[in-house]
Order: sequence, then structure tokens, then C-alpha cells
Amino acid sequence: MSDITRAEVCVTACADLFLGAGETLASPMGLIPSLGAKLARLTNEPDLLLSDGEAFLLTPESTVEGWLPYRKVFDVVAHGRRHVVMGANQVDRFGNQNISAIGDHARPTRQLLGFRGAPGNTVNHRTSYWVPRHSPRVLVEAVDVVSGVGYDRAAGPFHDVHRVVTNLAVLDFGTPDHSMRIVSVHPGVSVDEVQEQTSFPLVAEDVGETRLPTGEELDLIRTRLDPHGKRDKEVPQ
Amino acid sequence: MRDKRMTADEVVGTIKDGMTVGIGGWGSRRKPMTLVKALLKSPAADLTVVTYGGPDAGLLCAAGKVRKLVYGFVSLDSIPYDPWFKRARETGAIEVLELDEGMFQTGLRAAAHRLPFLPIRAGLGSDVLTYAPELKTVRSPYDDGEELVAMPALKLDVALVHLNRADKHGNAQYLGPDPYFDDLFCLAADRRYVSCEQVVEAFDGPPQTLLLNRMMVDGVVEAPGGAGFTSCVPDYGRDEALQREYANAATDLGQWPDFYERFLG
Repeated sequence: MSDITRAEVCVTACADLFLGAGETLASPMGLIPSLGAKLARLTNEPDLLLSDGEAFLLTPESTVEGWLPYRKVFDVVAHGRRHVVMGANQVDRFGNQNISAIGDHARPTRQLLGFRGAPGNTVNHRTSYWVPRHSPRVLVEAVDVVSGVGYDRAAGPFHDVHRVVTNLAVLDFGTPDHSMRIVSVHPGVSVDEVQEQTSFPLVAEDVGETRLPTGEELDLIRTRLDPHGKRDKEVPQ
Repeated sequence: MRDKRMTADEVVGTIKDGMTVGIGGWGSRRKPMTLVKALLKSPAADLTVVTYGGPDAGLLCAAGKVRKLVYGFVSLDSIPYDPWFKRARETGAIEVLELDEGMFQTGLRAAAHRLPFLPIRAGLGSDVLTYAPELKTVRSPYDDGEELVAMPALKLDVALVHLNRADKHGNAQYLGPDPYFDDLFCLAADRRYVSCEQVVEAFDGPPQTLLLNRMMVDGVVEAPGGAGFTSCVPDYGRDEALQREYANAATDLGQWPDFYERFLG
């Protein structure tokens, strides 16, 4: 199995985000989380609901099983049966995320998308993040703008930032003060390397190694979900 | 029943300096681009523009029409960032109220229901409230006592939306997969204008696709291709080549005057 790529490890790490989710709307943003959600549905989590990125819920065979225009997505957000995997231009030690702007919000050095749904997602239901290029510029001491709400600012009864999957590691917030810790490093990556690429000290006790995809998962990824290998462009080997 | 057909120029002729204009659609999808183009050419200025932002936001910023932009995001979908919106922000050219997408909808709904505000959890803990100190919270009067955001009504002077079909009385139909929030924009506005691909005598398709009724519409503009390069399925998808031209010209300002002249026609 030595030919397994880093991108494939990231796909299964994203699939594992949905373990135990059941009949929940999976809203993955970006290629690797999308492959992960589809893989989860084809393996451990057959009850997941997935949209086409527009207004339809599709079965694995791409038949329409539901209608979910944006207005109804907002209802699901508030209702809470959703696990979103968002990107992050910045994410910090307590899981605050920024997709709004770099610099001072009044006059940013770099305007990004805006708050989008991040504030609502993070106070309403489980949220994870996908970082394709783990670096000190993304994993920052403090985000410039809080779009997604982290543990040090958590509000309301439903805040639940689950995990951060990067091209180097899987991280979570399962520490007494909810500061970020390394759950596992991907095969071939050291804890030191993850720490060097992170602007704040990570908790690193009992760090495991991210599991490899099974033979069945590899086959699904390579022949069914991503036959043209787009995943390797998002996460180079 | 009244015949509400009018021209795009007549619509924008009702928009005066300082007004608040809501624009329907979502990102680079079903934007009322014929009406936006007419607005670009009109003398109206100092506008507050309320939009789930796509190229409408960028173009109106480019033309210097925007005093304040109210948005949850601005994106061209297949191109993540709108270069004119970025420039307007990075040069401090516009005021903004940047909201969570759900707060935006809740603000429109409050206006539609003639309420001062509606409660929502979104925004709590985030910097939405930091940068918009005018947004207040409210405490539940019931036993839970939970603190919630009191999202104020986003009242509009004018709403501009584009649908697939309309009749001359202002009933209007969407044929694509998503109504977006065009009905809410109309209910939140004092005056409501719909452009459409085609004015019809009678509607085909399920009545559930009749998103707007004539109580919600003051003017109808027949504008084939009226969503411009944004998508208006099933009539047409997004013109990705033209959108790329827009984004390239908006990035390299040497190309902009030429593009803009051709774009306005």
C-alpha cells in the first residue's frame, strides 16, 4: 500500500469527520471534504444527506431525493442537523476561523469572501475545517477577523467545533481549555513538522498516526469518486 | 388588472440619490443585470446596496454608485473574489455592513413582516457584532433567558429582481432550482421591480414556481438575457467566458474602459 497518496489519507480523514453522524446534512466545502463526505456515505455512514452544491439532495446514484434551496439550508442550519466542513484563510488556537478579511476589517489589506455562513454555522451545529496548506500563515495565534466562532468566544447551547483536517495532520480541541491539539499526524509527517508549520504551541500528547484508507476505500476514491485524480492537485504528494 | 410593463430606464428613473436598493439573486446567479446596467448609466448616487453579492456589487462599486454595501459575501462563484469589490474594500471607498448570510435573510424577513427586528443565534461570539455596534442583542423573556442577536429589519426603498417568466400584471415565475430570496426582497421593499426573460400571457409549469404575485410587484421589464453573464437556468447558464473577461478587466484596469464600454453597450 506504499502508493497511497497524502491526498487519499486526507480524504479518509475527512470521511472520518462524519463518523456517527447518521441522518445529517453533510456540507463539505472544497474537493477533499466533498470526496470525504461521499466516501463516508458509501462506507460507514450510509444515512448521510448530501447536496449537489446547488438546490438538490442527491443519492449516491445521483438521483434527486430532496429539494434544499438556500432558504431551506438556512432552516437546517438553525435546526442543527448539519455538519459543515469549511475552508479557512486563518484558524487559531481556539478554533476561531477567518474567511472575511486580512488586516483591519475597516480597511483590509486583503478582502476575502465575507462572513458567509460561518457565524451561524458555528453557533448552531457541528463545524470542522479543512486546510489544504498547513502553514504558520493559516494556523495563526489570533485570526484577524472572527467569522467562525472558536471555543474562547463560544456562545449559545449548540457550539461544536469538531476537528481541523490539514495536509499534515488531524487536530481537535479536546483539551481542558479547548486549545488545539494534534490527534494524529499523517504517515510520513512528524509532530515537529506540524509544530513548525503552526504559529502557536500545539498540545501534542498521545499523538497517533492518521489511518490509511482501506482497500475498499482506495478503490472507491480512485475508480468511482475521483477517477481523474483531481485530489492530487489540491494536496500534492 | 393593471399593465405594469415598463423599461429598465423607467425603473432606474425612480431611484434617487441616497436610496437603499436591494438586488435579488445569489452570487453570480440570476442577477437582474439589465436593471443593474441601467442603474450604472443613471445619475443615481450614494446608494446603499443590499445584496447576496455577485458582479452587481462589483460593478456598482466600479461606477462609484455605492455609499454603503450590505452583504453576507461577494463572490462570482466560479471565480471566488470580485476584483472591484476587493478594490473598493481595500481602498476604503465604501462603508459596509457585513453580515452572516442567515442574519441577512432574517433582516429581510423582519422588514417583510414590518417588525423592528427578529431574533437569531447567528452572529453571537463573532466579529459581525464587533464591526457593527449598531446591532444589539436581546434576552429571551422566557425561562431559558438566552441572549440572541436582535437582527434589525433591512428595509429597502427599491427591490430589483430577475425571474424567468412574468405576466404584465407582475405575477412572476422562477424555473430554475432555487428561488433564492427574491420574494423576500420584494416584501422588504417599498417599490418592487421584476425583469424577466419573457412576458407571457399564461404560465406553464407547476403553480408552485410562481414566486411573486402582483401584490408584490410594481413594475415588469421584459429583458431577454436580463441576467447578463450570471446564470438564469434553464434559460441559460452562466457565461463563464464573459465573466472571466469582466474579472480580468476588473483586475487589470488598463483593460477596464474598453470592457466597460462594450459591456454597457
